[in-house]
Amino acid sequence: MNPQLASNPPVATPFFFYLLAAVMIIGGILVITRKNAVHSALALITTLLAQAGLYLMLYAPFVAGVQIILYAGGIMVLFLFVIMLISIERNMKERQFNKQWLIGIVAAAALGGLFIAVYTTTAKGVLFPKGRVSYVEGGNTQGVASLLFDMHAGTYMFSFEIASLLLLVAIIGAVVMAKKRI
Amino acid sequence: MNDLIEYIRSYLGNTTQTPGAAGNFFWVTVYILLVFVGLSVAVIAMNWLERKILAHMQVRLGPMRVGPHGLLQPIADALKLLLKEDIIPDGADKLVFWIAPFIVVLAAFTVFVVVPFGPTSAITDMNIGILFMLGVSSLSVLGIVTAGWASNSHYPLIGALRSSAQMVSYEVAMGLAVVSAILMTSLGDHGTLSMIGIVEAQKADGIWFLFKFFPLGLTAFTIFAIAMVAETNRAPFDLPEAESELTAGFHTEYSGFRWSLFFLAEYSAMIAVSSIAVTLWLGGWLRPFPNALSGPVWDQVFSLIPGLTFLFLAILCFYNTARMPKHPLFKIQTMGLAGFGALLALIGLVMLAPGVREHIQNVFWFSAKVAAFMYLYIWYRGTFPRYRFDQLMKVGWKVLLPVGLGLLILTAIVGMRTELLADIRQGAWRP
Repeated sequence: MNPQLASNPPVATPFFFYLLAAVMIIGGILVITRKNAVHSALALITTLLAQAGLYLMLYAPFVAGVQIILYAGGIMVLFLFVIMLISIERNMKERQFNKQWLIGIVAAAALGGLFIAVYTTTAKGVLFPKGRVSYVEGGNTQGVASLLFDMHAGTYMFSFEIASLLLLVAIIGAVVMAKKRI
Repeated sequence: MNDLIEYIRSYLGNTTQTPGAAGNFFWVTVYILLVFVGLSVAVIAMNWLERKILAHMQVRLGPMRVGPHGLLQPIADALKLLLKEDIIPDGADKLVFWIAPFIVVLAAFTVFVVVPFGPTSAITDMNIGILFMLGVSSLSVLGIVTAGWASNSHYPLIGALRSSAQMVSYEVAMGLAVVSAILMTSLGDHGTLSMIGIVEAQKADGIWFLFKFFPLGLTAFTIFAIAMVAETNRAPFDLPEAESELTAGFHTEYSGFRWSLFFLAEYSAMIAVSSIAVTLWLGGWLRPFPNALSGPVWDQVFSLIPGLTFLFLAILCFYNTARMPKHPLFKIQTMGLAGFGALLALIGLVMLAPGVREHIQNVFWFSAKVAAFMYLYIWYRGTFPRYRFDQLMKVGWKVLLPVGLGLLILTAIVGMRTELLADIRQGAWRP
């Protein structure tokens, strides 16, 4: 326990966790069951926001903020933008076809097995440490920055640069494809 | 019962933490209510002021009938809106149509959780304050897009598309300007994203970030000041609701209470972005010249200003009361204006009271700076013609974005130079 937490302990943690988790699960189910694509997109945004709340609970405020800005605020708005320009009425009338039951069941079973495995091993303390690890809330932004950019401790600098290069290629590709004459 | 009183009291002696940071639920609730009420009053006042100031700029009188000088006009408007029939178009997507105004209002009000009205007068101090503000305020575009789409009508859809394109483009320039201000806090070992921390950094540096690394801070502020007008869909960037082209843009099909929610959200979003600008570049709650004119005498002098401002306004009110026409029909109006003057004088006197004035002055300076921005908004609306859509995009992507990027790099270079020079002077630097 760090001093900041000791003087000001978090309250009702289980309540907020179950609330956010319930919102996420319900949102996730709505995403795949709604026929109207716009409703699905809105449900997905709710899920992403609840996920940002979970990041906050894990003492990762920076990740939560970036999640809100990038996913809920940026990417999903573009999603919505595109979906709204397609005619929803025609899509609603079309029969929904999805003949991937077998693969779906296999993937779901594999994921469920993974969850059970993680749950049972965590109780023994093999995969993850037992109990809650508490970090200083204030250190999150600095921690992320030093992992990415620090001269000595920056483990992920190379992969970060590679990822940004990939994004740059994607941006240039988008411009090249969208513009008829450059 | 005694426990409860003790719990409430326990925060009162705390002069270093916001109620959120201290984890005191009672005071958090009180602060949230205060901010909410204050914000609503500010929106009402802004509504009246905008109509009045625009009218005076165009050599008209503006609202004059309801109350003295139309003072009660916003209340009459609010009543009218609440009593109006609430129409949902037949072809609308009912659920989304119903949710959209709430998304906008939630986004516009939630950001005030971290707005620092004073070193302890904020609901809470988040470690990621500025990031939180940018993120949550960017959610309002979601409400606008869904409102436009759910109306199932042409004008709203065009308005919504324009608005989202505009907000997404200007968010980039806005973000770059904000990053260069955050970069300025990181010099001298107090790098932070917290709103309170940013103001404290300006206090420690002894300079508002507006003037730091002149003209870099000023340029960043200018980019932000332009982008924030576009971000809130106000004139001259009010294409999403251009009356002459799109009737009312994305909220054409909304009426009554739902429309008033959009109205509320628009004005509170204006206040929110203005408070970001004030916090990042204009020293937040700091009074003018906290370092140059420091000392107990100057502190006393500056702490008198809030009360004296209100007394001055009261005197103006009384002067105009004396100038009211002496006709019997104006009797109630004259009494109303005198009453308003008396109210202002009372507020002024309370603010002058020795125990109060030390506490109220932070909030006063912050609000005064935000109010200056709100006046600018009205001034822009009275002055500039509307941009065309391609001009808008050109300004956003071809001017503000490159300038912002260059500015970021320059700020980093100048900052590194300052740090290095300081290190060399202290003898801490070795090649």
